[in-house]
Amino acid sequence: MGSLRNFRLNKETIMQAVFFLAACASILAVGLICVFLFANGLPAIGKIGIFQFLLGKTWQPSNGQYGILPMILGSIYVTAGALIVGVPIGILTAIFMAKFCPKGIYKILKPAVGLLAGIPSVIYGFFGLVLIVPLIRQIFPDSKGTSMLAASLLLGIMVLPTIIEVSESAIRAVPESYYEGGLALGASHERSVFFATVPAAKSGILAGVILGIGRVIGETMAVIMVAGNQPRMPSGLLKGVRTLTANIVMEMGYAADLHRESLIATAVVLFVFILLINLLFSVMKGENKG
Amino acid sequence: MKPINKQRLRQKLAAYRRSPLSLLLFLLVSLSALVTVFVLFFLIIYILVNGIPHLTPELFAWEYNSENVSMLPSIINTILMTALSLLIAAPVGIFAAIYLVEYAKRGNKVVKIIRITAETLSGIPSIVYGLFGMLFFVVALGWGNSLLSGAFTLAIMILPLIIRTTEEALKSVPDLYREASFGLGAGRLRTVFCVVLPSAVPGILAGIILAIGRIVGETAALIYTAGTVAKVPENLFSSTRTLSVHMYNLSQEGLYFNQAYATAVVLLLVVIAINSLSGFIAKRIARG
Repeated sequence: MGSLRNFRLNKETIMQAVFFLAACASILAVGLICVFLFANGLPAIGKIGIFQFLLGKTWQPSNGQYGILPMILGSIYVTAGALIVGVPIGILTAIFMAKFCPKGIYKILKPAVGLLAGIPSVIYGFFGLVLIVPLIRQIFPDSKGTSMLAASLLLGIMVLPTIIEVSESAIRAVPESYYEGGLALGASHERSVFFATVPAAKSGILAGVILGIGRVIGETMAVIMVAGNQPRMPSGLLKGVRTLTANIVMEMGYAADLHRESLIATAVVLFVFILLINLLFSVMKGENKG
Repeated sequence: MKPINKQRLRQKLAAYRRSPLSLLLFLLVSLSALVTVFVLFFLIIYILVNGIPHLTPELFAWEYNSENVSMLPSIINTILMTALSLLIAAPVGIFAAIYLVEYAKRGNKVVKIIRITAETLSGIPSIVYGLFGMLFFVVALGWGNSLLSGAFTLAIMILPLIIRTTEEALKSVPDLYREASFGLGAGRLRTVFCVVLPSAVPGILAGIILAIGRIVGETAALIYTAGTVAKVPENLFSSTRTLSVHMYNLSQEGLYFNQAYATAVVLLLVVIAINSLSGFIAKRIARG
């Protein structure tokens, strides 16, 4: 009997250790990703020189010029454009879903937003390529169509579900008494929602926008298909741009030596961007809870 | 939730006349919601209408060549890739969630780190996963562009999703179940496997289906880990091309737009099916 109990104890402890190790897998993964990216990317930054790399305006690997400023600016401009399109529509849709929506419509709207999030980025990219790009070419005959505008519009659509989902739950988390207080002061339904409930959900909505920024900066395939990808300083809404992500995918296939390392260094820059954004997101989310 | 200020239509109109701002705000939110739904349906219908006429039998030929541009090998590759990634990620993710919910003590430092890293993982863009997979699995471990490299890369990518959904499913199991099981003399392990897990299965399943959706739609993480060979793989170390990568290649080459449309239809239908299945299961849980 004693030995049996001992055995059971062992099985318990063994399995507990197994569970614990499984839980540590994510630590291992993040550690490995950091080590491999930094070990392969940082030496290139050292060789090129950090200022030449981050602030250099020309990207001509064949001439030994590795400046990724055009791509950094490209990513920032495209993200800003996507936010101009996506944030107003996203937040207003979230307000509609949380406070205005009849139950019947909600039953359609909620899965629709889920599906919007589930559609693969190649399909978005293809949609942009066959519809948005030709449309821009028609309206502005000088433009090739593949442009910053096309990328911003497309990413503005792609960022909607992220912003909607986070904002909706932030608005729903605001105590009903705020809304009721607004009504009691004589405000209409709309005024109570917009001037009492929504301001209280501010930091949650902001967290949604920040999460959206992370998604847009990291988006790759859809951007490549519609942005044109010229590695030069962004020069206008209707001209092509290349983002950090596009830079990696476009050239990784044939790059070698320092060129290859500089592409990995591009990924390091992207990775650091994303880490900062994630940090900001968890700070905002924590604030919302408190 | 019952509204405390139910108004008749006429009352509402009168209120709007008094306060045009309210009307404006109402129109704004309705319009935005309409735009969101319209974009989705327009995208789906546009691709279906343009793609279905191009769904020809040649597109489903067993062998791919540049004449028939068959997508069947890619479909088989996608299924293999999905199965393999889940085989790696699902046990690890579920076990990790079991540890976090059932075993970890509150305020444990390691648990905090685990949560932070899982959150970090879920924010990393897929191209960074792709590059890491290329550096680690393809080059450092010497697996080459292969099914295995791609599957491991995707497994890391979907790990946080599986951990989070499983955690939520386990947390929604009432403590009463656990107490009853302990009261009958079962140990912790038996309680987890015979009582908690079975009642959490639907929630876990919904999460795994979402993960399948991400795997099927992934492109950037696979181009430099699994490669782009459009053939049914001979073994784990053969290079493969999933349906999404296939579609990307078709639309980039510029010669096969009709076939790209057809591929988009298949991909879109799969994603819609996966999403509705996941939603259906989630609804079953909510109903209890």
